[in-house]
Amino acid sequence: MNIVIMGCGRVGAQLAALFDEDGHKVTILDTESYSFRRLPSSFKGTALIGDGTDADYLKRAGIEEADAFIAVTQGDNRNVMAAQIAKHIFNVPKVVCRIYDPLREELYHALGLETISPTTIGAQLLRDKVVG
Amino acid sequence: MYIIVVGGGKVGFYLTSALLNEGHEVLILEKDPARCGAICEELGSVVVRGDGCEARTQADVGTERADMLIAVTDEDEDNLVACQVAKHMFKVPRTIARINNPKNEALFKKLGIDVTVSSTNFILEHIQEQVPTHPLVHLLTLGGGALEVVEVRIPPNSPVVGKRVRDITFPPDSVICLMVGRWEAKVPTPDTILEAEAQVIAVTRPEAEGALRAALTG
Repeated sequence: MNIVIMGCGRVGAQLAALFDEDGHKVTILDTESYSFRRLPSSFKGTALIGDGTDADYLKRAGIEEADAFIAVTQGDNRNVMAAQIAKHIFNVPKVVCRIYDPLREELYHALGLETISPTTIGAQLLRDKVVG
Repeated sequence: MYIIVVGGGKVGFYLTSALLNEGHEVLILEKDPARCGAICEELGSVVVRGDGCEARTQADVGTERADMLIAVTDEDEDNLVACQVAKHMFKVPRTIARINNPKNEALFKKLGIDVTVSSTNFILEHIQEQVPTHPLVHLLTLGGGALEVVEVRIPPNSPVVGKRVRDITFPPDSVICLMVGRWEAKVPTPDTILEAEAQVIAVTRPEAEGALRAALTG
């Protein structure tokens, strides 16, 4: 699969490495080149400096041929905007978006985005560790 | 009207004071406590500290009874989300977003934002208007970008000078609706003769813009 990831933080970098190991073609976007230090030296994909909320950078990252787009920057709103561009403008078949704020996650899930809230999942996991 | 303004920067501040002067009920949502204090001092208690993109904050300030929400922070993505939350969770009838990157205009429309205001485009258009050599100036966009009103100045060496409107081949969906000559402004008929240096106001489609300019300026 062609996979575009926006945001090369801890999650983005690890995700990119996982897909890369599985043999997928990965392009990862971040606004700062310093973030790419998190990628393993074995990473064979493409690392690109650019803002994923700008359609031009997404095109440069190959969004038009992408099978999947994943938005995992620190900003909920940036993720939401980029995911909507990928889904509604470029018709990427699989779009997943991280949203920390549970209420915002609920809304965008209802609006048809595939969303994950680490806040909700993290809190549940921690509770289960304690009382489960 | 009850109007919620998201973002208490310069735009939010002056917008709010203008809307208050017009007699509206206005509330600003602003994250930064120092900005909140400054606004409160100038305009009275019209500001609530909070993230205008959060559903909880919007619920707290009674967004469900708002007639309009205007998001004017300097981040396009924040303005988009504030408007979408207002529209979809609180059914606010009219949402307006300020955009900084002109490319986002089409995207925001597609995502259901009622009105977008691009300060970058405003400045660009004014520059075009002020630069007399520019052959085609955008005056107005209609129907969400489907049609536009433009102004073209007919150069003296244009092949259409001295021709009747009916003898000029225009691109599809393009029509001249006003001609401002040296002596008078008139609504042209098919027999109107185009003068050199006249300003022509025309309606066209964005994709036909180049062809219209070519037809009128040679």
